[in-house]
Amino acid sequence: MSAVLTFVDLLAGRRDAAALAPREWDGVIGVARSEAMLATLAHRLEGVDLPPSVAALFADQRAAAAVAQRQALWEAEMARRALAPVGIEFVLLKGAAYAAAGMACAAGRQIGDLDILVLASDIRRAENALLNAGWEWVKSDPYDDFYYREHMHELPPLIHKLRDRMIDVHHTILPRTHRITPDALALVSDAVASADGFAVLNPADMACHCAAHMLADGDLQGGLRNLWDFNLMTGDFAAADQGFWDRLDARARLHGLQESVRRAARLSRDLYGAVLPAGWDGHDPADRWFRQRLLARDDWGRVTQPLLEQAFYIRSHWLRMPAAMLARHLWTKWRKR
Amino acid sequence: MRHSIRIAVGPVQFRIGSDWAAPIAALERLYAGYPQDDARPAEATVRLFAARPWRRWVRPSVHIGGDFVVPDALPLPLSMGLLAAEMGMNLQVALGWRRHMLLHASAVARDGRALIMSGESGSGKSTLAALLGEDEWRLMGDEFTLIDPVGGDAFAFPRAVSLKNEAIAAVAGRVDAARLGPLMAGTPKGDIRHLIPRADAIAAMHEPARPALLLFPRFGGGTAIEPMGEGEVFVRLTEASTNYVALGEAGFAALTRLVRETPAFGISYPDSATGIALVEQLWAETLK
Repeated sequence: MSAVLTFVDLLAGRRDAAALAPREWDGVIGVARSEAMLATLAHRLEGVDLPPSVAALFADQRAAAAVAQRQALWEAEMARRALAPVGIEFVLLKGAAYAAAGMACAAGRQIGDLDILVLASDIRRAENALLNAGWEWVKSDPYDDFYYREHMHELPPLIHKLRDRMIDVHHTILPRTHRITPDALALVSDAVASADGFAVLNPADMACHCAAHMLADGDLQGGLRNLWDFNLMTGDFAAADQGFWDRLDARARLHGLQESVRRAARLSRDLYGAVLPAGWDGHDPADRWFRQRLLARDDWGRVTQPLLEQAFYIRSHWLRMPAAMLARHLWTKWRKR
Repeated sequence: MRHSIRIAVGPVQFRIGSDWAAPIAALERLYAGYPQDDARPAEATVRLFAARPWRRWVRPSVHIGGDFVVPDALPLPLSMGLLAAEMGMNLQVALGWRRHMLLHASAVARDGRALIMSGESGSGKSTLAALLGEDEWRLMGDEFTLIDPVGGDAFAFPRAVSLKNEAIAAVAGRVDAARLGPLMAGTPKGDIRHLIPRADAIAAMHEPARPALLLFPRFGGGTAIEPMGEGEVFVRLTEASTNYVALGEAGFAALTRLVRETPAFGISYPDSATGIALVEQLWAETLK
């Protein structure tokens, strides 16, 4: 069995980690690292009888992830201190939000940049407040800067000059030029307070954003991790709220994200064994391409299907912008190579 | 991958895969004396690969991949495959290892106590460690020294020593030729030749040593010894650590203890013989 399938089976709880052959761990650890999910796996298998060196490695990973998460939440606090004095409230997104809300998917999850969402009307002031508080531009290229400002759903990335940490300030969750336009005002105004006091998206919006980020925006890089987030959060939300799936459906419709959300649910069933309610438990022949893309890793952690990867990359751009604009964009980028 | 090898250095079990046979054969020779445990899963993966299939044969160039990669890193010609493997292994440790605080430093031990030498490339820390390792000392490593955040002990990472430029001649004359790897001339880091550590150093690679002396060597210039204050040592070592920030509070506590408990000196020396004399002198004075 290939390492990526073993890895997915271990996460889903379909396979007994104690019964893995020593050589199987090589690939599992390699794949988990390529997906930035080694600490996630370490949490999932906490308490299981493992080979001593694997148990030690996993303990390292859990400890390191705990430190990284504390650092990520500190970064969120730094953003709050920069933005609160000028009266800008923000919503935490993705990894930092999951950590702030103490969600199951936060356990061991790698958190990259700090992602925050502000009202579009606040974006200029947010930028100024962050620049005054020590953040600086990362992109010096004028075209990239222009591109971000005109067409993207976020400011060009900023990095803090002392702490060396990036912040992405969003005003919505998909590029402006994307075929789908989520209701950003609803995302912000219906946000909820997390245990840590930060605002986070409400459960249905959080699942919508997770699906949108995975299936409508990106090229499925890191897809297994996003899908794992989706799988755990929808499972927990549904356990806490009987009406969750209906609420998710309504919210997905509001944002125009029904297709992505439905597909994410089906993929989390197919890969991680999620149990879906009757209306969601369907099939779509195109799902198989997504499953293939998500599982396209060999035992050395390499992407195995470059053509499929390329196709998803092109698809992500196709969704992001109209054809004429895409052509113009690629032409500009190509000339600058 | 087509060719592969498993190597254990200190606490890290590597697996290294390659599109070519030559780098693996070279590693097999360098690491033949290292412990082999086939039941032990690999913690770190290195891949040496051709960016395009035909580049395996046509002007073959080795890209360095693995769990962690440096974006836009330039490939190396196949003749430098061993260097590519070494860089790949270092990279995985530098960016991926979390059990210990990593210092970019060489170390040798005697009587269970460690001498740690930190410095930029060219400071002579590798050469001093290699030469001391041929004397009464146990070579712990020429690239990384691992500090246990809990107990404060130093742990060894005795990979094959990477001798550079003048150091090659200085060491080659003193050791059995069977312990030297092939000469790689004109690499981006100059001429390189690997030295296999002594068998006793490899056999003792899991034994901790208590940090007893910290040195910041500087090769070239007049002979000098300068005691170094805790503040400077602390800052220099934060810069020499690849995971100090990632370890958070544990890293701070480990480094603070190391700096408080270990006497530190900057030394400058015109040649290796003088450098070794300075080291022996400071060691004798410190442990008096």
